[in-house]
Amino acid sequence: MAKIVIDPVTRIEGHLKIECVVENGVVKDSHATGNLFRGLELILRGRDPRDAQVISQRICGVCPQSHGIASTLNLDSAFGIAGKIPDNGRIIRNLIHGAHVVQDHILHFYHLAALDYVNVADVASYAGNDSQLNSIKDFINRGALGPFMPRYEGDYRLPPEVNQAAVAHYVKALEMRRIGHEAVAIFSGKVPHSVGVVPGGVTSTPTPDNIMAYIWKIKILQDFVDNVYIPDVLAVAGAYMDYAEIGAGCKNLLSFGSYDLDGKNPDYATRDRLFKQGVIGADLKPGALDTNKITEQVKHSWYEDSTTNRHPSQGDTKPQYGKKDAYTWSKAPRYDGKVYEVGPVARVAMTYAKGDPKMKEMVEGSLKALKATPAALFSVLGRHLARALSAKYIADSLEGWALSLKTGEPAYVEYELPEQASGMGIIEGSRGALGHWIEIKDKKIANYQAVVPTTWNASPMDDKGQHGPIEQALIGTKVKDESNPFEIVRIVRSFDPCIACAVHCVTPKGRNLGQYRVV
Amino acid sequence: MVKELPVIYLQTGGCSGCAVTMLNSASPTIKNILIDQLAPGVHINLRFHPVVMAAAGDLAIEALEDTAKTKKGEYVLVVDGAIPTVDGGVYGMMGERNGKPVTMQQRVEELAKDALAVIAMGTCAAFGGIPAAPPNPAGCVPVQKIMELKKINKPLINIPGCPPHPDWFVGTVASIIMNGLPKAEDLDEFLRPKLFYGKLIHENCPRRAYFDEGKFAKKFGDEGCLYELGCRGPITHADCPIRHWNSGTNWVIGAGAPCNGCTQPEFAQELTSFYEKLVDVDLPVVGAYWEKKEGNNG
Repeated sequence: MAKIVIDPVTRIEGHLKIECVVENGVVKDSHATGNLFRGLELILRGRDPRDAQVISQRICGVCPQSHGIASTLNLDSAFGIAGKIPDNGRIIRNLIHGAHVVQDHILHFYHLAALDYVNVADVASYAGNDSQLNSIKDFINRGALGPFMPRYEGDYRLPPEVNQAAVAHYVKALEMRRIGHEAVAIFSGKVPHSVGVVPGGVTSTPTPDNIMAYIWKIKILQDFVDNVYIPDVLAVAGAYMDYAEIGAGCKNLLSFGSYDLDGKNPDYATRDRLFKQGVIGADLKPGALDTNKITEQVKHSWYEDSTTNRHPSQGDTKPQYGKKDAYTWSKAPRYDGKVYEVGPVARVAMTYAKGDPKMKEMVEGSLKALKATPAALFSVLGRHLARALSAKYIADSLEGWALSLKTGEPAYVEYELPEQASGMGIIEGSRGALGHWIEIKDKKIANYQAVVPTTWNASPMDDKGQHGPIEQALIGTKVKDESNPFEIVRIVRSFDPCIACAVHCVTPKGRNLGQYRVV
Repeated sequence: MVKELPVIYLQTGGCSGCAVTMLNSASPTIKNILIDQLAPGVHINLRFHPVVMAAAGDLAIEALEDTAKTKKGEYVLVVDGAIPTVDGGVYGMMGERNGKPVTMQQRVEELAKDALAVIAMGTCAAFGGIPAAPPNPAGCVPVQKIMELKKINKPLINIPGCPPHPDWFVGTVASIIMNGLPKAEDLDEFLRPKLFYGKLIHENCPRRAYFDEGKFAKKFGDEGCLYELGCRGPITHADCPIRHWNSGTNWVIGAGAPCNGCTQPEFAQELTSFYEKLVDVDLPVVGAYWEKKEGNNG
C-alpha cells in the first residue's frame, strides 16, 4: 500500500493538497485538503453591505467577476430591487460575466490543464517557419526550461505535430484570454477585480463605441473557440479516450443557472436564464432547484458536530481542531443530503436535458465526433468538453445581447439601504454553482456566507460518510506509475479547482473567532 | 550567452489576482516575459510559479528548494499575498519537508534571506491588504514585517495594487535588468517605485475639472466628479488615469466607478465604506490629507 501526496497541486487557483491511498495500483481512499485560510467572510462582518461586492471579489482573483455578480445579486435581493434592475444593467452584467467566463475556460484548458496531455518538448524538433514556435524552440534549446520542467514523465500520447500545434495554441490562447479581459474592462473598468457591477445595476452606461468595441473583441474569441479550442479538446480527447471512462465521481449534478434573460422575476431559482437551473443525475432527467435543500455538513471537518447539516443562511462555525475523523477545514455542502458535483458539466447537462435546441446540437455533435454517448459527460474528458461547450454557448450569445443595449437609457436604479434584510445571490461561476447569502442588521453586514463551487467539488466526507465529488472521482482509479501519477492530477484538474474559494470561510486551528448564526 | 535571471514566484495568502494580472501584460506579453529574452541577453527563468508551472507536488517544491540552494544571492523572490502568522503560521501551508507541512511564513523567511532582492507583488504582500483587515483572522502581515522581524536585510520593492497593473511589475523588473537595483531615491516612503506611484490619481484625473468646478455625480451614470460617490483618487498614488488598464482599454473612473484606493497602505480597512465620501480630507490642496496623516513633509 502506498500513499501518494501531491502538495501543492499546481496549475489550479490556490493551495490544494491531495492524498491518495493506493493499493495494488488502485486508489482506495482519497482526501482533499485546502491549505490556506484568510477568512474573508469574517472580514465582511460589521461593514457597509455595499462593500461586499468589492471585498468578496477578492475571494478569488481568477473568478472575481463571478463573485462580484453573485454578491451584487445577493445585495439586490436584500435591498428589494432584484426585479427592478434596468435591462441595460442586467445585460451589461451578462456581458461582463460572459466575456470573463469565456476567457477563464480558455485559460483553464490551455494554461492549467494542457501541460498534462501535451508534450512541450516536441517543439525542440519543430522545423517550420512559425516565429512563435521557433522562439519556444530557442527557449528549449537554451536549456532553462522553467516553468515547463520538471514535470511528470511518461504518458504523453499526441504525435509531435499535434503537440507543436497545441503549444502554438497555448501561446495564442494567452492572447485570447487577455482580449477577453479587455472586453470585460470596456464595461467594468479593469480586470482582475473589476468595478462596474454594483447593486442597482452597473456604473457605466452603454455607448455605441463601447458596444462595437466589445462585439469585435468577442468575435475574436468566438473564432478561437470554434476553430481552435473545441477542435483541440476533441483532438486531445481522441488520443486519451480512456479518460472518458474514468473520474466519473458522484454523477449528481447541480446548476444554479446563469446569464439572466429576464430581470423582472425576483426569484433567481426560477428566473429565465441562458443556462438552466436544477439538479440532474446519470439518467439526464432534470429536476427543479430548491435552494432550501442545501446544507453544510461537518462530521469530517474541524468543526463541532452540533453545527452540522444547516442551511448556509443559518450557518454556524464552531472550530474544533483535531476532532476525531476530521481532516480538513472545508465543510461538505450537500443537496437533499446527497453529494453533488458542480461546474460547466452541470450547467451544460441541465440546459441540454431541458431541451435547449442549440445546446442539444452542440452536445450531440461533439459526442458524435468522439463516438461517445452522453454517459461520457461524467468523466475527465466530459468535464473538459462541457467547459469548451460552455465557452461556445456563452460566446455565441454575447453579440446579440450587446446589440440589444439601448444607448441613452439608464443602467442603474437607486435604492434605499435597508435597516434589516436578508438576501441570496446564485449564479454559475466559471467553476459552477456559486451562492452568496447575507444578513443585514442596522445597515451593516451581520453575517455573510459564500458557498462556492470548489467547496462542493473538493468537499470532504459528509455525516453519512459519503466522499466529496473529487474524492469519489479518484477512488477506484488505476494509477499506472505511482511516481508519475498522471491519472490523479488529470482527474483533479478536470474539476478546475479553485481552492482560495473553497477555504476562504474556514476558521483557523484552535482559535475561537466567535460564533456566526443567522436567524 | 544568455544570462538567466532566476525568479521564484511565491503565492501566499492571496487570491491569485496578481498572477492573473501578469497574464494581462500587453507589451511585453507574458510569453515575451517567460519565453523570450526580455532584454537582449537576459531571460527571466521562472523556476517556481504555482499557477503556470508544469510540475506539481514534490517536483515543484524540489524546483523551488533547488533554485534557492544553487542560485543563492542571485534569484529575485516575488511574493504575492499576505503571510498568515497566527499560531505559527499554520493557516498557510506550502508543500512538505520530511513529511511535514511547511508554513508560508517559513518559506518567505528562508527564501528572502538568500535572495538578490525581494518584490512584494500586490497590496496583500506590500501592506497586508484585505486579508489583514480587521479582524484579520489569519494574522496576515506584509513581507516587510516578516523581513523586519527576522532582520533580513535585502532590498525590498513594494508593487501594491489589488491587483497591480502588470506594467508596474514588468517595468520594475525591466529597471532592475537595465539599471540594477533601485536606489533609495527611486522609491517613495512606502518602497513603491516613484515611476508608477509618484502622483495621485486626482492629479491626472480627466474628471478633475468637475471637481474644481464643484460638479459632483450624485448617482452612478451621472456626469461629474465621483468624489461624493466615494472616490479615493485624492489620496491614492498610481498612474491609472494615464496608463489605463487591460492593454489601455479602460480604467476604474473611465467605467464610471470610484477609485477604491487599492495601492494605498490604508486599503482596505481605512478606506471602507468604499461608496461613502472620503471623510476628514483636507481638499482641494492635493496631498494635504496624506501629509498630515503620515506626518510627512515630502
